[in-house]
Amino acid sequence: MSLAAIDWNSLFGSVFVFDNYGELLSLLRNSVWAGAVLGLVGGLVGTFVMMRDLAFSVHGIAELSFAGAAAALLIGADVVTGSLVGSVLAALIMGFMGLRAREGNSFVGVLMPFGLGLGILFLSLYEGRSSNKFSLLTGQIVSVSSLQLTSMIVLSVVVLATLLVVWRPLTFASTDPLVAQARGLPMRSLAIVFMVVLGISVAMSVQIVGALLVLALLITPAAAAMNLTSSPARTVVLSVVFAELAMVGGILLALGGNVPISPYVTTISFAVWLVSRCVRAVRERSSSYRRTTTPRSTTTLGTGGAVQNRTRTAAGSTLSEAGSGPSRSPSP
Amino acid sequence: MNAPEPAPEVTTRSGADDAVVRLRDARLAFGDRALWSGLDLGVAPGEYLAVLGSNGTGKTSFLRVLLGLLPLTSGTVRVNGTRPRAAAARVGYVPQQRGFPARTPLRARDLVAQGVDGHRWGIRLHPRRVHRTVDELLERVGATDYADAPVGVLSGGEQQRLRVAQALAADPTLVLCDEALLSLDLHHQHVVSELVHEQRERSGCAVVFVTHDVNPIIEHVDRILYLANGSFRIGTPDQVLRSDVLSELYGTRIEVLRSNGRILVAGRPDSSHHTDSPEELIP
Repeated sequence: MSLAAIDWNSLFGSVFVFDNYGELLSLLRNSVWAGAVLGLVGGLVGTFVMMRDLAFSVHGIAELSFAGAAAALLIGADVVTGSLVGSVLAALIMGFMGLRAREGNSFVGVLMPFGLGLGILFLSLYEGRSSNKFSLLTGQIVSVSSLQLTSMIVLSVVVLATLLVVWRPLTFASTDPLVAQARGLPMRSLAIVFMVVLGISVAMSVQIVGALLVLALLITPAAAAMNLTSSPARTVVLSVVFAELAMVGGILLALGGNVPISPYVTTISFAVWLVSRCVRAVRERSSSYRRTTTPRSTTTLGTGGAVQNRTRTAAGSTLSEAGSGPSRSPSP
Repeated sequence: MNAPEPAPEVTTRSGADDAVVRLRDARLAFGDRALWSGLDLGVAPGEYLAVLGSNGTGKTSFLRVLLGLLPLTSGTVRVNGTRPRAAAARVGYVPQQRGFPARTPLRARDLVAQGVDGHRWGIRLHPRRVHRTVDELLERVGATDYADAPVGVLSGGEQQRLRVAQALAADPTLVLCDEALLSLDLHHQHVVSELVHEQRERSGCAVVFVTHDVNPIIEHVDRILYLANGSFRIGTPDQVLRSDVLSELYGTRIEVLRSNGRILVAGRPDSSHHTDSPEELIP
């Protein structure tokens, strides 16, 4: 059989390589730290992305971040700056176009292929090393320079500080927009601030896991956390833990091999989500989430039962029997 | 509000300046179509005003004006003697019941807590204090049993109790209810309506209740603002909910029927949205 020609041992050997691991680890310490920083940011921002239902926008921003990075590569500018400019710009455009999932989605759908196309154009014009090209889309083979790490730490401090300041209003505005607005919260400003934060986070993630796989960091951990708890505080903690697990775990596994880190990250991320989904399913079946509902009496009020039934049907403000009263006059 | 408030005079037309809500010559129009104009209205502390009318007459827009989310076309509006936006912190808002997305990471107590400090910047520094306040509010609306249940699994009635608790968290001088009883069963209509009423008795706040069906709240209502046909009537239920008054307002023959203590308005032409039925349960 020709298929058997695949050497499973060597395949396995190239995916999981732990030769000289200690040495590598100290050499690639930067990457591990970068992963840890990214996990923290991804886990935190991800919970808000989920609350605001912005998964699709994250993907769109990532594509434009990719275009920015590719443009930077082409003109010989700093790739990190390029991806940052691309994603923050995209995030701002989306924010100003009035982003609340529904109307936003089609707009993201319009913007995303445009960004991806631009990126591909820039890459095809670029004549440098091709591994650079590929890594923007699918993540890199671990090598984070000190400079890169420093810039990531600075960006993450900006993100975390901003999130701390807007934490409560942003949570309120994201989970309960109608009442938050009535309460006088600056909804639009909050949305714009969050989009900038999101743009920065996406640009950071693109460098490590690649534009196509950003969702594994910004969505999956938060989604997994929400499968397990509905307490806001616990959701945030779990989301960060899961994101760290995926990022740091993925990087540690990827250190020795020549496979990009993204498959490790996405696989761990997905596995965690899968487990959380199963836990939720089991819990729901054992109905630990359901409460005994208070018995409802519908007969304690008013007098006439017939009238009561009428109001029942009148939830939509209409009475159905036509003959029971004066009929409606035509409008003058 | 630091100024001492005089005892509520529920039945007066509240010409004094202590009015919680004050509209002067207010007009709201979309393009050429005026929803209402020449509206002069004062709502006194402790007063319960029901805003009635068909769809499209500007009931909800009226609330949005009081919340400062919609500017008047002309005229002035004051809430607690100031701009509505500036007063928003002391206004409790009870929205129409809407389900939450299933995975919303909020428990019942978190929803109420957002009413307590959700509008403040930064993170919560005194979780225990907020926890205690929330417990009290939950107790007050009888929601202690499901304090830790995710909001996504609560029934409509349970959610509306929480909404009341959330609105009370602001220690409001004004409670605005926007079809807060819609889609609730009779029992919960009664429960929620009583909760709003109790709060008024207790704190002397004013209530503005926008509804298409006045019956669940009729026993508490002091005055009615009835919107129709770009015009309106203001008065006590007995002054407004009469065949002759509403006929004049609508410009066509309207019958107001009372049966078993319930009020029905029949023959009402719907000004913009048409319902299929020949009659409507009031208003």
